[in-house]
Amino acid sequence: MAEEILNVENLFVEYSNVRGKVKAVRGVNLKLYKGENLALIGESGSGKTTLGTAIIRLLPSSGYIKEGRIVYKGNENGYDISKFSEKELRQFRWKEIAMVFQSALNSFNPVLKIWDQIYDTARSHGLNNRSLVREKATDILRYVQLDPERVINSYPHELSGGMRQRVLIAMSLLLEPKILILDEPTTALDILTQRNIIELLRIIKKDMGLSMLFISHDLSLAAELADRVAVMYAGAIVELGGVEDIFYRPRHPYTLGLIKAVPTVTAGFRELYSIPGSPPDLISLLPGCKFAPRCEHKEAGCENEEPLLVEVNSGHLVACFKHKEISNGR
Amino acid sequence: MEDRAIIRLEHLSKSFTVRSGVFGGRKSMQVIGDLSLSISEGEVLCLVGESGCGKTTTGKLIVGLIKPTSGKILFEGQDIWDMSKEDFSSYRRAVQIVHQDPYSSLNPVHRIYNILSAPLFRHGIVRSRGEAEEKVLELLGRVDLTPPEDFIYKYPHQLSGGQRQRVAIARSLTLNPRFIVADEAVSMLDVSIRLSVIELLRRLKEEMNVAFLFITHDLAMAKYFGWEGRIAVMYLGRIVEIGPTPRVIENPSHPYTKALLMAIPEADPRITRSKKPMELRSLDIPSLLNLPPGCTFNPRCPFWIEGVCDKEVPEMYEPEKDHYVSCFLFRGK
Repeated sequence: MAEEILNVENLFVEYSNVRGKVKAVRGVNLKLYKGENLALIGESGSGKTTLGTAIIRLLPSSGYIKEGRIVYKGNENGYDISKFSEKELRQFRWKEIAMVFQSALNSFNPVLKIWDQIYDTARSHGLNNRSLVREKATDILRYVQLDPERVINSYPHELSGGMRQRVLIAMSLLLEPKILILDEPTTALDILTQRNIIELLRIIKKDMGLSMLFISHDLSLAAELADRVAVMYAGAIVELGGVEDIFYRPRHPYTLGLIKAVPTVTAGFRELYSIPGSPPDLISLLPGCKFAPRCEHKEAGCENEEPLLVEVNSGHLVACFKHKEISNGR
Repeated sequence: MEDRAIIRLEHLSKSFTVRSGVFGGRKSMQVIGDLSLSISEGEVLCLVGESGCGKTTTGKLIVGLIKPTSGKILFEGQDIWDMSKEDFSSYRRAVQIVHQDPYSSLNPVHRIYNILSAPLFRHGIVRSRGEAEEKVLELLGRVDLTPPEDFIYKYPHQLSGGQRQRVAIARSLTLNPRFIVADEAVSMLDVSIRLSVIELLRRLKEEMNVAFLFITHDLAMAKYFGWEGRIAVMYLGRIVEIGPTPRVIENPSHPYTKALLMAIPEADPRITRSKKPMELRSLDIPSLLNLPPGCTFNPRCPFWIEGVCDKEVPEMYEPEKDHYVSCFLFRGK
């Protein structure tokens, strides 16, 4: 198997709020390999964005890593990101791991021109040579199919949604990171623009060979770009496998339900199936499998003990006691 | 079919005035241009298009929330902006809207009971608290918020997104509507919840014979919800293609519809990775303040015919029965 670049080990992340502790990520183990695209899919509140932001240590102030390690192996001496100081983090982010956030408009400072924002980022990482940064920025903006002169002199609001998303992707590549985390990179974009961003990400992966972690609620993004897919539910990974395993041979009832709940346009008309109920409250979690209350395969034992991930096939892991019954998409 | 039309739009257009910059002058921005269509009793019409194409404005015009700049909206043959007070009130009862965002469409300081009973009192359907309670419980049951007693005295913030959207749907049902505009009614919901709300809308359509204008950017959802109805594809305030759903999906004719279908990412790796997106001449959508002459899609269209598409505005042509396309490629076919 390929070389690991990131290893998340037994990670727990919580948020404190007035009602109690929100257990947003509960015991996640996840490896990211060099040059692969890994998609993290799940619904709102499943913990996928928390996991992504924990990896680059940008959790909101109420959130903290309770337990676990995040080992980065991008250079000779691997280090545990979860132990980094603020100063170390500042050097680390963007340079080793960069993140593109969900809302392309909110990620910019509205009163600064794109150039100033690019230069700021570069300068805080020790690139003080204006003309060198300018040259680099021009190259990378051209690479993401933007007109560098126009974009550099624009304010964020003067650009369309798709252009802003491309600027963010360009900025994230500026310091040549080894891992790129993209949180809902195509959500809220129009269809034709989505297609364009997807094709761009495909080219970037081919040219630069970096590892990408996609965070999305949108199964189609995973279907487009992922080599492997991790499905999250209630803060834990419930299924992990190659993209074809997940889409054509899912073994967790939740994954199966998700896939059957999404209509397709080009395939023939098919009856869909909806998952009853709604996701659990992450503050007061019941023991046992968190999906059990919504699961039509559950039996008595499911509500007592939480199933762990087990390998059902090479590289295909499922956390379900009844996975044998759900082979080959039921 | 024409005489069964419950809503008919005739040459409808809507412009907004916008100011360009602090010292700039006022400019007129045409959001809807010359829109004509009719929706029959009990029919589902899906209106699809990208953001800013005017689909929400169309919905608001139909329910009478905003006034058209020109053209008419006919409800059972009567112009809604030229109605007696009584007729307008009965139209308002018959035509309802479900908005996109269940977090902002419900008043946060009112209990579900108040939200659902207000229109009942307002239109004199119930007179006492007892009657209102009974009716509200029935409505909650109808949208599968069961047991209804658990929900009636809750506040919106105590409900999940899916449950809130069910309340918003229950509110649209309070006055026994005959036509519902569902504006991206499931877009904000999670995948696993979305379908159950769609199923609910479908069931209500069957049970109550309500006609729907289903506004969405999601062609797959339109296909699923509106398979027995029609799809209208909108681009920059105009309908470019309209026809029976299976025909539009399986035999898309307007280059814009084709481009959309060839571009949509789908939740199936083999299908979606084998897509060959159409090469458009330009990625940018023209500004509504500065619409291109002729066919508005011409600056992006790979099939563009110079001297025709950038000069004349195409009419609606009917290359196959009930399937209309506004594109010169179909002129005389």
